Amino acid sequence: MEIPYTTQPRPDTGIYNAKVGIWLFLASEVMLFGALFSSYILLRVGALPENWPHGLLNIPIGTFNTAVLIISSVTVVMAWASLKMNQFGRFKIYQAITVVCALAFLCIKSFEYHDKFTHYEVWKTDGTRMTGHIEGNPMFLTKPKLVAAGKDKIKFTADPHHYSESKMAGRDHHGEHKHYEIELKDIKRLSAFVPAHSTYFAIYFTLTALHALHVLGGALVIAFLFGPGSKMWHTEPERFTNRVEVAGLFWHFVDLVWIFLFPVLYLL
Amino acid sequence: MQATTHTKPHTGAHEAHHHEPGFWQKYIFSTDHKVIGIQYGFTALAFLLFGFGLMMCMRWQIAHPGQPIPVVGGLLEKVLGEVAKEGKMSPDLYNSFGAMHGTIMVFLAIVPLAFGAFGNYVVPLQIGAPDMAFPRVNMVSYQFYFLGGVVMFVSFFIPGGAAQAGWTSYSPLATTIPTHGQAFWLVGMVLLITSSLLGAVNFIATIIQLRAPGMTWFRLPFFVWAQFVTGFLLLLAFPPLEAAGVMQLMDNLFGTSFFLPTGLAVGGKLADISGGGSPLLWQHLFWFLGHPEVYVLILPAMGIVAEIISNNTRKPIWGYKSLVFSALAIGFISFIVWAHHMYLTGMGTKISAFFQTTTMIISIPSVIILTCLFISLWGGSIRFNTPMLFALAFLPMFGIGGLTGLPLGFAAADLHLHDTYYVIAHFHYVVAPGTIFALFAGIYYWFPKMTGRTMSEFWGRVHFWGSFIFMNVVFQPMFAQGMAGMIRRMADGGANYSTANNPDAIGGLSKGMMGLHTVILWGAVGLAVSQIPFIINLFYSIKNGRKVANDNPWEATTLEWQTPTPPPHGNFAHPPTVHRDPYDYSVPGAAKDFTPQNESEKAGKH
Repeated sequence: MEIPYTTQPRPDTGIYNAKVGIWLFLASEVMLFGALFSSYILLRVGALPENWPHGLLNIPIGTFNTAVLIISSVTVVMAWASLKMNQFGRFKIYQAITVVCALAFLCIKSFEYHDKFTHYEVWKTDGTRMTGHIEGNPMFLTKPKLVAAGKDKIKFTADPHHYSESKMAGRDHHGEHKHYEIELKDIKRLSAFVPAHSTYFAIYFTLTALHALHVLGGALVIAFLFGPGSKMWHTEPERFTNRVEVAGLFWHFVDLVWIFLFPVLYLL
Repeated sequence: MQATTHTKPHTGAHEAHHHEPGFWQKYIFSTDHKVIGIQYGFTALAFLLFGFGLMMCMRWQIAHPGQPIPVVGGLLEKVLGEVAKEGKMSPDLYNSFGAMHGTIMVFLAIVPLAFGAFGNYVVPLQIGAPDMAFPRVNMVSYQFYFLGGVVMFVSFFIPGGAAQAGWTSYSPLATTIPTHGQAFWLVGMVLLITSSLLGAVNFIATIIQLRAPGMTWFRLPFFVWAQFVTGFLLLLAFPPLEAAGVMQLMDNLFGTSFFLPTGLAVGGKLADISGGGSPLLWQHLFWFLGHPEVYVLILPAMGIVAEIISNNTRKPIWGYKSLVFSALAIGFISFIVWAHHMYLTGMGTKISAFFQTTTMIISIPSVIILTCLFISLWGGSIRFNTPMLFALAFLPMFGIGGLTGLPLGFAAADLHLHDTYYVIAHFHYVVAPGTIFALFAGIYYWFPKMTGRTMSEFWGRVHFWGSFIFMNVVFQPMFAQGMAGMIRRMADGGANYSTANNPDAIGGLSKGMMGLHTVILWGAVGLAVSQIPFIINLFYSIKNGRKVANDNPWEATTLEWQTPTPPPHGNFAHPPTVHRDPYDYSVPGAAKDFTPQNESEKAGKH
C-alpha cells in the first residue's frame, strides 16, 4: 500500500499531507516565537525605564532589511505561480531572487551585529553612564577582560547622548563626540551591546538570531528547490509544485515574524 | 473478505518478501512506523529502568543517609569519582540523581513509550493507514529523541556531573550552580523537544489525512483520539519550553539575565550580570509546558485502558462521545491551568484565584473519563487476563492520584502541602501506578500483534500483583509524610528536621514518619524484584512465547487486529474500508460477540 494524498488533496479535508504538516509546524512556531514575544513584554514591563535602551538600532538599515524580506515574499509566491502556469524558466528566476534576498538579509544583519559588538556602555563608579566606542574598535570587551590584559585605562569616544535621557536620545548622532580617558578603577561595569549587556539586548539577540536561523533554514530549502531539487519538475511536476508551495508557506511565516520583530525591537 | 481474517493463519510471511532491506535499513534507519515504534519502545523501557535505578539509590540514601549504597556503591565511585566517594551518595549526587530521575522518567521514558512507541505502532494500524504521513520525518524524530537521550546520559560523566536543579530547573539556581550539567540538560531538552515536535506534526497529519475510507471522526477508537489530543498538546505546549530552554542556555553560556534578578548575589558576592530578569518568567514558561505535559502522560494511558476494557468486558465502551469530548476539553483547558504550580511564588492572590478555578474545572472532564471507564465494567462479562488486570488497576490508582490533586489545586490547602512528599505521592500515583500500569497493559495487550506470540500469562500475573502491592507500599506512606510536613528534595531524607536530631523542635518529624523511609525503601526493592519476571517474560516471549492461533487473538473489533501478524511493511493485505463504530462488541443478532470495524453490514448478518 502506498501512502495516499502525498500529492493529491484528500477530498474531505481539501489539502495534501505536506500542507497539513507545514501548517501544524507553523502553529508550533507561533508558540515558540509567541513565548519569546511574551518574554519580551514581561522583561520590558519589569525593567526600569533607564535600563531599557532606546534608539541604539539603526532604523534605516532595519527598514531596508524589512523591504528585502517583503520583496522575497513576493518572489516566493511568483515562483510558485510560475510553476502553476507551467513556466519553469520564470520559476528559476524568481526562486533565485528569493535566495539572493535571504542572503542579503543575513549579510546586512551580520553587519548590524558587528556594529553592536563594538559599541560599548560604561557604568562608572560615580553613577554616570555613557555609551560610545573604545579606541581600536575591539569586540566583546568586559572589565574582567581588561583587568586580565593588564590595562589600567581605556580611550573612549562617547556618543552625544545617553539613551536613558530620552526615548530619541540614542538616535541623535549630531551632538558633540567627546573623547575621554577612563581609569579602570573608575569603571563599575563595561559591556558591549551584547546579550549580557541588558535584558533588552538579551531578548534582541535571542529573537533576531533565532529568526536568522529560520531565514538560513528557509534559504537552504529554497536554494535546494532552485538547484538539485528542481529535477523533480521533469518527473513529478505536481509534487514539485507542492514542495515549492510548502517552502513558500514557511518563508511567509519567517517574513511575518520579522514584520513583528522590526517595530517591536527597532521602533517601540 | 476481511471479515474472516481472524480465522486465517498469518499471512505476514509471504507479504513481506517483495523487497528485503538490509539490517541497517530494516532496524536502525527504518521509516516503517512499526519498527520506529518498537525502537521507541525499547529505548524508552531502557530509560525507564535507568530512571528507576537512580531512584533506588536515592531511596537508600533517604532511608540510610551517608551510608554506602549496597550493591552499586562501588561501581558509582568508580564511574563518578569524588561525588560517590566510598560508595556514599554526596548531596550533590543526590541532587543530580533527583533532577535526572524526573527528567528521564518524564521526557525519556513515559512520553516516548506512551506517545512514541504505542502511538507509532498502533495509530496507523487503528485508522487503517499504510504508514505515517511522513515516514522520514518519523525516523528523524526518533533519532532526535535518541540523541537527546545520549546527551542526557553523557551528562552524568562530565566533570561536576549532571544537572542538579531539579527536573523543573528553576532559575536562578539552575544558572548559579557552577557545573555544566545544566547546559547539557538544556541541549538535551532542545533535542527532545524537537523530536516530539516532529512526532506531533506527524501524528496529527496522519490522523487527519490517512484515515481509511469510512473511518469517520466518530468511528476512531478512543486511543486514536487520545493520541490526537496528545499530539496537539505536544505541538503547542512544548515550544514555549524550547524558548525558555534557549533563554536559560543564554543565561548559562552568554551571561544574559533573562531569569536573573537585579542584585543577585552568589556565594556572598554580587554577581557580575546586568540583572533585570525575572525568575518567575522561567516558572511560567516551564509550567506552560509542564501542565499540558501531565495530560500528555495520562491521555494515551487512558486511551490504552479504554481499548483494553472494552475488549475484555466484551461490550462497547460506555459514553464514547463523552470520552472524546472530555479528552478535547482537557486538551483546551490544560493550557490555562499552569500557574497552580506557582501559588507560593508570590504572583498574587487574584492570579491564584483564577488558576484555582480553572484547575477545578479541568478535574471535571478527567472525572468524566474515569467514570465512563468504571461504568463500562458494569454488566460486562469480564475476562481477567494480564492486560485487563493492569487496566483495571489503573482506574483506582489514577483515581487516587487525581483526587489527591484537588487539595493541591486549592491555594489555601497548597500552602501546607506545597513541596512536600504529599506532592510526590500525588503525581507518582498519576504517573507510576497510573500511566505505567496502563503502559504495561498495552505491552501485554499488543505484544501478540507485534510478535505473533503471547507473553506468559502466569508470569504476567506475578508481575501484576507484585507491582500493584509494592507500588502502594512505596507511595501510600508518602501522603502521610507529606501531611506531617516532610519537605521533598532533601538529601538526608529530612533527618535534620527530625525530633530524633532536634528533640526540642516544635513540629519536627516524628520517629514514625522517619521510619516510613525504611518501609518505602523495601517497598521499592520489592517493586524492583517484581519487574524481573516482566523483563524475562518480555524478551523470552519474543522468540519462545506461545504462538497466537490467528491474527486476532483477543477477538477485538479495531483495525489493528485485522492485519496479518506481525503486520508487514504497508500493514494491510487489502486497503480496509470501515463500516461501523469502533467497539461493536456483543451486537444483538450478530454471529459472534465482536464485529470488526471493517466488516460490512451484509457480512455481519449472514
